Amino acid sequence: MKSLASLLLLLSFGAGAQPDTRRSGLDDMTPALQALQRDDTQNPAALWLKDGEQRFGTACSACHTPHSLRGAAARYPAFDRVSGKPVTLSQRINLCRQRHSQAPTYAAESSELLGLAAHVGRLSGGLPIAPPADARLAPFLAQGRQLYTQRIGQLDLSCAQCHDQQAGGRLAGSVIPQAHPTGYPIYRLEWQAMGSLQRRLRNCMTGVRAEPYAFGADEFTALELYLMQRAAGMPVETPAVRP
Amino acid sequence: MALSLVNAPARVARGQAFEIRASVAHVMESGQRADNEGRLLARNIVRRLECRYAGEMVFAADLFPAIAANPYLAFHAVAVASGPITVRWVGDNGFEHSASVDIEVT
Repeated sequence: MKSLASLLLLLSFGAGAQPDTRRSGLDDMTPALQALQRDDTQNPAALWLKDGEQRFGTACSACHTPHSLRGAAARYPAFDRVSGKPVTLSQRINLCRQRHSQAPTYAAESSELLGLAAHVGRLSGGLPIAPPADARLAPFLAQGRQLYTQRIGQLDLSCAQCHDQQAGGRLAGSVIPQAHPTGYPIYRLEWQAMGSLQRRLRNCMTGVRAEPYAFGADEFTALELYLMQRAAGMPVETPAVRP
Repeated sequence: MALSLVNAPARVARGQAFEIRASVAHVMESGQRADNEGRLLARNIVRRLECRYAGEMVFAADLFPAIAANPYLAFHAVAVASGPITVRWVGDNGFEHSASVDIEVT
């Protein structure tokens, strides 16, 4: 058994660069759903996107252009010097309103915030996810990794047990995805609405009978940081459609 | 938020059939569901869509409670004249919204 294991190890090293076995949730959807995501005139997220685009034009264009924000969404969560911790793209949008526009912040999961985040996300569409190489993020990244592997809830399951060990298998009729957050905010058919990664994570947490963190909790940011690191190099799909 | 969207090709040859795609942001509450307290949620749906093009109604549809939120419909028309295509949605609680798109017929 031991020799077989070392042979396999040798073989895997002999193969050189490992092929990328990561799959976006898009790859596991039916062709009809994939078409729904790819076609701008069919994607239901277009309703939010249109709103976000108009809002961007009135509220953000004094400082930002669509061109200057290309690639921004692929780099978040990023470190915020003022608060001394990483912030998500949605949090950054609200901080920007607070600090630079003296405007009221948007509520979590409001259509205003989802629309803006979707619009800014879309400006990075197709670009590889590129987490910043920032040493200040290291402790938060470690926290995110720890949260990902920590068993939680009455079902006593960690994220990793489903999304690393059982990914590609099935939970009832649904394929267990590898949990790469490539297309948030997403239009989820189950929600019949748009939602953020945090909403999705809260779904997973209640699924294992754990008490979900509040929207905007630092734990979610740490988890997102780790998930984005895990998905580094995969293309941004925002706004994605998921079943 | 943008309440409704309508999409059609920007340019169509005269006499050609083309596709119009319309969607509206709406909860489509069926009237069958209860809230957390067990109280029935009142029905709140979009009841009708009407599409006008070149001075006449080219398509209309009645919508019912079993249709999911944010309805999307696609249908065809024949290009006869340049101008706006207007899609109007009417629903419960005085809901009314319309959006239009211009096409050029060559």
